[in-house]
Amino acid sequence: MDTDQLIRTLAADNAHRARPVGFALMLALLAAAPVSLLMFFTELGVRPDVLVAMRNPFFELKFAVTLALAISAIAVSLHLSRPEASLRGFGWLLLAPVGILTAGIGGEMMMPQRLPMMTRLVGKNSSVCMTAIPLMSLPLLAGALLGLRHGAPSRPALAGAIAGLLSAGLAATLYASHCTDDSPLFVATWYTIATALVTAIGALAGAKLLRF
Amino acid sequence: MRERDDEWTGLMRSAIAGDSAAYHRLLKAVTPVLRAAARRGLARAGQPVDQSEDIVQDILLAVHLKRHTWDVTAPFAPWLFAIARNKLIDALRRRGRRIFVDIDDFAETLAGEAPAETASPSEVAAQLQTLPARQREVLQSIAVDSASIKDTAAKFSMSEGAVRVALHRGLTSLTAKLREN
Repeated sequence: MDTDQLIRTLAADNAHRARPVGFALMLALLAAAPVSLLMFFTELGVRPDVLVAMRNPFFELKFAVTLALAISAIAVSLHLSRPEASLRGFGWLLLAPVGILTAGIGGEMMMPQRLPMMTRLVGKNSSVCMTAIPLMSLPLLAGALLGLRHGAPSRPALAGAIAGLLSAGLAATLYASHCTDDSPLFVATWYTIATALVTAIGALAGAKLLRF
Repeated sequence: MRERDDEWTGLMRSAIAGDSAAYHRLLKAVTPVLRAAARRGLARAGQPVDQSEDIVQDILLAVHLKRHTWDVTAPFAPWLFAIARNKLIDALRRRGRRIFVDIDDFAETLAGEAPAETASPSEVAAQLQTLPARQREVLQSIAVDSASIKDTAAKFSMSEGAVRVALHRGLTSLTAKLREN
């Protein structure tokens, strides 16, 4: 088939309309979410004292951080699914969860505390945190990568890493409702390590799966 | 350059709005530019430039299948060149070594005139043979025999919708096969 013939064929297919990448990403995440939810409710569940915890602003802060991470990463990953896009002008969105968390740490520092700083940082659930967040992320990461395959990222590893951030953000939102460690120091340490792990997996998988 | 870019953007907007003739004209217009870029890239990498047509076809397929990622309010050329650059780097990487070798600039004067007839069939043509019969027949009817969708439907006693589906599936699997190889 020579190039003129190919062009004629492509023009004949012009009526075909693909869905936007955002739509594909949403569908794929909705399909993956039940798997992560099932893992959460069978293995972890919401903490029993949740009604009391909801009066603690640091409990709520965890959701602000994880949701800010998920939402900003979704926005950035959709932006990066266009071939001519780069992180410039959009990457700063990812600083939103960092800013919220830093403000939280500052706020906690100014309040009188019963426990010393290191005790709050180490917490009681660090190993559960570092297993549960990556495990619950995996189905969401698979979904995110599947949805983003619909796009055309010029830097597939970077796009995969952002997909890792978004799935870790969503999984950490679930996990935050189980975990009894509410100190922003705990979140900044263990949630970050778990997120970094998922981001690395996302980058490796993205480098293979998101090439177009 | 500016005028050319505006013209491309206009044609692509019409294409997205459903104007197949505008789409055909746009693809025709960008091909010589893509060809020149592919030859330059091959020459720089010390590869024979007669492979440029495979790269051009690869880029055109990607443009077609990823055109929903183009923002209709943005200029078309940066999007096109990002796709082309990606495909060119990919192709050079697959052909092996020395992507960023510098060679003499005279190679750049080989502008994008139509390709010389080569004995070997293109990669697209080779992969076409591996498609399921229905998709292959529909693609060949439209590409080689220049039949319309309507005529193709009549020829194979299919509905026009079924021809459209076979056509699009054929193009998608063709692209997937090219990527694997």
